[in-house]
Formats: sequence, C-alpha cells, structure tokens
Amino acid sequence: MNTEINDINRKLLMDRSTPGRIGATLPPLDVPKQPLPPDNYLRKNIDLPELSESELVRYFSKLSQFNFSIDHNFYPLGSCTMKYNPKINDEIASMKGIANLHPLQDESTVQGALKLMFELQDSLCEITGMDDISLAPMAGADGELAGMLMTKAYHLANDDPQRKKILIPDSAHGTNPASAAMAGFEVVTLPSDNNGNADIEALKASVNERLAGLMITLPSTLGLFDSNILEVCKIVHEAGGLVYGDGANLNSLLGRVKLGEIGFDIIHSNLHKTFTQPHGGGGPGAGPVIIKKFLSQYLPAPIVKLDKQQNSYSLYSPEKTIGKMGAFHGNFGALVRAYSYIKTLGEAGINQISQNAVINANYIRSQLKDYYELAFDRTCMHEVVFSAKKYKQEYGISALDIAKRLIDYGIHPPTMYFPLIVDEALLIEPTETESKETIDYFIEVMKTISEEARNNPELLRNAPHNTPNTRVDEAKAARNPDLRWLPENNN
Amino acid sequence: MNTPNNSEYISPYIPNTDLDRRKMLQEIGIDSIDQLFKDIPNNYRNPKLNLTKPLSEFELKKYVEELCSMNMIPGEYSCFLGGGSYQHHIPAIVNQISSRSEYMTSYTPYQPEVSQGTLQTEYEFQSLCCLLTNMEVANAGMYDGSTALAEASLMSARINKKSKIAILNTVSPTYIEILKTYTQYQGLSIYIVKENEIKLEDDTTCLIVQNPNFYGNINDMNKFSKIAHENQSLLIAYTDAISLGMFIPPGDYDADIAIAEGQTLGVPTSFGGPYVGIFTCKKKYVRQMPGRIVGKTVDTNGTTAYVLTLQTREQHIRRENATSNICTSVALIALMSTIYMASLGKSGIKHIAELCYQKAHYAASLINKIPGYSLLSDKIFFREFAIKCPKTPKEINKILLKQKIIGGLDISNKGENLMLLSTTEVNSKEEIDHLVSILSKIT
Repeated sequence: MNTEINDINRKLLMDRSTPGRIGATLPPLDVPKQPLPPDNYLRKNIDLPELSESELVRYFSKLSQFNFSIDHNFYPLGSCTMKYNPKINDEIASMKGIANLHPLQDESTVQGALKLMFELQDSLCEITGMDDISLAPMAGADGELAGMLMTKAYHLANDDPQRKKILIPDSAHGTNPASAAMAGFEVVTLPSDNNGNADIEALKASVNERLAGLMITLPSTLGLFDSNILEVCKIVHEAGGLVYGDGANLNSLLGRVKLGEIGFDIIHSNLHKTFTQPHGGGGPGAGPVIIKKFLSQYLPAPIVKLDKQQNSYSLYSPEKTIGKMGAFHGNFGALVRAYSYIKTLGEAGINQISQNAVINANYIRSQLKDYYELAFDRTCMHEVVFSAKKYKQEYGISALDIAKRLIDYGIHPPTMYFPLIVDEALLIEPTETESKETIDYFIEVMKTISEEARNNPELLRNAPHNTPNTRVDEAKAARNPDLRWLPENNN
Repeated sequence: MNTPNNSEYISPYIPNTDLDRRKMLQEIGIDSIDQLFKDIPNNYRNPKLNLTKPLSEFELKKYVEELCSMNMIPGEYSCFLGGGSYQHHIPAIVNQISSRSEYMTSYTPYQPEVSQGTLQTEYEFQSLCCLLTNMEVANAGMYDGSTALAEASLMSARINKKSKIAILNTVSPTYIEILKTYTQYQGLSIYIVKENEIKLEDDTTCLIVQNPNFYGNINDMNKFSKIAHENQSLLIAYTDAISLGMFIPPGDYDADIAIAEGQTLGVPTSFGGPYVGIFTCKKKYVRQMPGRIVGKTVDTNGTTAYVLTLQTREQHIRRENATSNICTSVALIALMSTIYMASLGKSGIKHIAELCYQKAHYAASLINKIPGYSLLSDKIFFREFAIKCPKTPKEINKILLKQKIIGGLDISNKGENLMLLSTTEVNSKEEIDHLVSILSKIT
C-alpha cells in the first residue's frame, strides 16, 4: 500500500481531534442543579478526542477492513476452531430481555435468564457426560484455573496436601501450565511418544503420592485422539490423581465420545470455540467448568438450581466453593449464544459437527501429505499438523514464510510453531463449516506454494504483498515499547 | 448406537452434502466415517446424545421471547441498581461498528499483517484508558474489573516481593471474594483495614482502595496514597470510569496500578457479562503486567504498524512462569468502550458524569427528607448512595416492583436496613420523583 494513504488511514483518534466536535448526543439536565463538591476533588481537564460521529464511523470502518475474519476469509487457525458464527446467536444475545438485564436483580425478576442458564448447564453436562457444572469462568484459561483450584481443594479436603504435582503433556497449550501455577501447583512436563500419544512409560514413572492430577487436551493439539486414553486415566486414578480435560478441541468429539464416560473428572469447554461465540479479535469467551459429582461441592459460584415444586430457579453457592471467578454470573452474553446454537442444532445437528470437521481435516491430510511432511502419519481428528522442516533445510523457507504467503491468496495463516514439539509446525484446522470447494482451493494454494518455495522462494520470504503492512518489526516493538498515544508523538 | 450421518437433518452451518462427503472419504481412502474415529475406544464410541429437537430460527426466537417474558427488564421498569454494573445509554454507533464482522469474527491478532484493524483499535483503547485515568500505560483488557483487581494484587506482589494485601473495608465485598479466589494458593494473605484507623503491617505489598467506594462515596485519595507509599507499599486504585469525567483521576494521586470496570463505557449490563477490565499502571512496572499489550512499530517498508508486544510475559511463551494465565483481552468489548470514549469525547464524558452526579444528589436529597429515611453518610458521593430505610429493602423492593420500579441493592448490615441506590443519565426526573413518591408511602 502507498505510504501516504497508509499514514492517513493510520492517524490516531487524538491526532484527528478538533476542539468543539462531538460524536454523541447528550441528554439535558432535567433536575434542579445540585451543589458541586469542593474544587480539590474535581478534575480540571480531561484529554479525550473530539470528533463527529461521521468521522468516527469512517475511521473505524476503514480500520476494520485491515482485518481478516471468518466472515471474509477461510481461517484454518489450528486449535482455535474458527468456525462460522451463526447470526441468529448475536440477534438473540442482543434482545432487550437478555442484554438489558442487571446482574443484581432479584431472582424472582430474572426467571427467564436463570432458566436459560439452567438448560445450558444441562445440555453441556449431557454433551460431555459429566454430572455438574458452573458457567462462571469467563474464558478457557479461567475454566482451567477453576478446575485447578478445585483439584487443590479436593486434595486438601482429603488431607493430601503433599499432592502438589500436575502432569502436563509437552503438546499442551501454554495456558495449562500457567493455570496450574496460579493454583499453586508444580508443573511436570509429560513427553509424547512416537505416535503422538502420551508416553505411557514416562507417565507410570512420574506418578506417585505427590501427584495431584493430569491436565490433558483430548484430542491433543497434534490433532490426535490418544488411543491409550483409558489406560492413561487409569494410571492417574490409581495413583490418587484427578484427570483434567482441556476442552479446547471438544468440537471433534461432539456425539462421538463423552469425556465423562472415559475417565475425566474435570473439564472445561471453550464455548467461543465449540459453541460459536464470535472470537471478537480476542474475546470475550466463556469457559464453563464441568465435573463429576464427587467434586460438586467445590464448584465456583454461582450455579443455577431448579426448585421443581415451586418451579422456580435460583442461584446458589456450593458448600465448599473455591469462590467466585468474576463479579457476577459469568459471561452471560456468550452463554446465550452457546445456548442458541445448541437449541438451533439440537441432537441431530450437534451430532454432525464432529464428523464433518474430522472429514475435512483428514481430506486435507490425504491431499497434502505428499507435499508437506506429516508430523504423525495417522488418522487425525479435527486438525492436522505438517512440518515445514524440509523446506527450511532445502530452500531456506520457514513455516512462517509459507503461512505469510497464504495471505496473498486470501487465506488466514494456520497456527505456526505450535505445538512446540513439532519443528516448523503448521497446525491446520478447517472446521465443519467449510465447503469442499473452499478446502479444494486451500489444497491447490498449498500445492502452488510448495512449488513457489522451490522455484521462487523470494515470493514467500517477502509475503504478504497486498496487505496494509508488510512483515512488522516485532523486536523494535519490544525493545522500545510505544504503548499509547502521547502528544509528543504528534508530528 | 445411532448413526447420525444418516440423519435427514440438514444443518445450515455445514455446507458439505452426502455426495461431497463420499468423494472426500474416497480420497482419504476409507469407506466409512466411523473409521476416522477408530482411536476412540469402541465401547464408548457414538454415545446417545439426549438433546432437544432442532429449532428453526423462528421457533427459537419465539422460545427465547417466552423466556424473556419471564424477566422484568430495566428500561421497561425504571431501575436504580448499581453495585458494580450500571445502565448507561449506549450510542448507536457503538453497536453498529462493533458488530461489523471484520471485528467480531476475527481472532487474537497473532498475524499483524491481517489484523491491523484489531491491533490499532486496541492501541487506541490503551491510549484512551491512559488519558481517562491519567496513568502512564494500559494493557488491552482483562475479563472484568473484579478480576483485573485480583491480577493487580498478584502483580504488586511480583513487583515488591511482599506478601500481605491490605484492602480498605469500603471495597465491594464481591471484589474481596474474587481477590480471595485468585490469590488463595499464592502464599499471600489479605487483611482488611478501616478507613479512619489505617495501620499498614510490615510486608504489605499493596493497599487497595475503591473510589468511589462500594457505598458510592468519594475518598480523599491523596491521603491513602501517602499512607501506602510511606509504608513502601503500592497503591492500587479501583476506580469508576465514568466518574473520571468529573473527579480527579488515579494518575493525579500517584496510584501505582489503577483498575476500572469498562462496562460503564458503552457495554450493556447483560446480566453480568461480558465486560472488560481496564488495567493501567506506572510505566516502570509494565513488564510485570498481565494480559495482552499492543505496541507501535514499523514494517519492512518503514510504515507504521501495530503488533502484540512484550509477549515474553505471557503464557504461550513463558508457560508456568508467565505473569498470568490470561489469554483473552476481551477485544470486542474493549472495542465497544473505545468507540464509546471516542464518541463522547472530552466534553461528553464530563457531561454524563455530571448528569449522574446531579441526579443522584437530587434523588438523595429528596429521599433524605422522607421521614424514616436518611443518608448513611454525609460524605461526597458520585452516582450511588446508601440510605437507611424504615423497612427491609426486601419489603420495600417488593412494593416498588409492583409500581414498575426495580429498587436498590440490599446491603443491610447487623440489623440496620440499608439500601444502595444508583442513578445515571437514563433515570429521568419523572422516574426519580415516582420512586420518591412511592418510598414516602412506605414508612
């Protein structure tokens, strides 16, 4: 893009400000004027931008066009489940009877909202095969923290304070070890075996009376369903530990298996992934924590219960709750969207999700495995990992270069360099909402890029070519942090 | 076992047909979908899923409308509830822009070349939060105000390696609960201090003050700042974003970390979430901050660009040694707040703050005159105030509800009937007068 045009577009709000303009209409004062507090309490000046509504709309609309998004682009970002977000969900969540409710209203005045939450609790327990749930955690990582705090509370209640060790596979998301640490645990990394499963021998060697639990993502971030999972759960349980399931990849299991039935004690579900709360450029999400009965008393508050005789719903706090995860009842707006999604699809629709997601991923695997090396050559679930190691060795082309070249073809890059255990990883998750045509286009593009890597590697190294910015200097950003507008930047 | 692939139901969100699937399976080299799931133990595969029948859009809307009819909805009822979530008018531009799918359906901006929209608006959010609070730096957003406060106290302990958190007794009891949840296994202890007899213990990492406090009163923040700093503790201020249009901001009283609930800035109350936590601090502490931070840089052509930065603090790089496990920055809600702040601007935010103040004082002065009712405190307050009542708030609210009024929050304590009332620009004089006239009949 032409630098001059870019500079105009990129001018910040404060640099667009003109004294005397305003972007909102303000209601007049309709009560008799009241005395003001003493001057020393009052703010003398506040610097905020002054722009008209039309200027603001043009600025933010223009900026929005610098984003790739699901509604515009294929977005096979592995492990993030970037599937289509149904529009009806947003419409339901913005209904007045949903969006205007105050969180501290008396329970008798919000029976509809509580009923909705109660039904969602039920559906999520049914889908996962668990017994009990709290919708309170406000993101996946928050659900993990809740689950880890419950694990801690459980062992302390059993007079097992020495159980301080949480095992986490080397393929795990970074939030897992970070959440375990926030709950006061020591993190021990569990290696994967040659098939991408948890290494059973290593697992046996690391369980003992200090084990608090295992935190495992199923399918793993390698896109693989651990074929030893029953044995894994058994080993952990026999050692007195709990099995925690990171539900980040739950999309591929819907209707195929219930985690509660194969030995998981606690899981969380990222509603923004599996149940389509739009990702919003990085939130909001919701991460309900879902558990087996023996842990119910530790659930974070509040939980919705139904008094069948009175046919009334109320919020309660379990007896030995780990506490509250946020000021109110969780991210209700996100809960409503998940509810709307489950209601729309019902049993028949929910059942079809995993199959289509898994077919799409395996189709990509089968069509590209001769072009890109598979990290593990076996049937995958909803996502597939390739390694660009050979491109790196032979042509000096990295996973990053391949990913950036995809942008030129209008496709969002896959997740790169994750999972950490695969060199030059490209983690591709197509999701069930993409058509065969889109996936065929992606496959063709990936083949073309493979050829370009051999014949015209500069094309990849300089990619992307048609975006508002070329590759950015991340080192400069970290070395000299410029994190806000300041008047002296105004030049 | 059910075989859902044979189901006649056609999902509007799955484009592939049976024919597409057959072709793809052929290419994969298998003849049944079930073969793709063979790693799942046989006995547990394809369990029965007991969910309701699919609803059409029309049926779903009708069903949810029925649920909504079981709710009493602020707007249809006049509402005087606050306690951490406040009704403010949301300009149309906020929803129109934030619901653009370019913003709504994109992910965390890991790929800066295709995420400059999100990144630049996040940088704007950080900038406007700094200007509003007069603090030096801000992050891109936390879950909500209450968890931002908990994270602030963890950050404080990382900065000065002290282990006791002092919290003023006028901080919302809910926030104290959340603080306990997040700090319970971090080797930190919490103690409550009273406003008029503050004595900070040794090894106190921070003093937490809410301003305006839970009861709506404005504190003498310079006094608390002095007390904290004389004890080599940090001052953490939990402030109200709208109040900063009128009252002195945390940067002016030397707060080390300042937190606010972003909900008041253009975000619906939505039964408690999603909201966004505003997190600001002094520049020297930026590397101990939790959460996403966006920085300004250049691209290979030397053109201005924005990018996620200082990521070595974060979980995806530092894992168990990260400053926090947080992954989200609640970007969409932060965007709503950004548009709100930009839309109201310099004069608008002041005007809205003053309307809140004026209406609260008008309401308080009238209620204070009703026999049996009196203001709990004679201190300065902003948009919220506590009143002593002649009956329990539960009884009073029940009567108010019949008059289409959602009354105040019950904060009764030790046998004293106390109600916390809040007014904003959406509460008209007529509504306030109606409230007062009903209250004057309940004595």
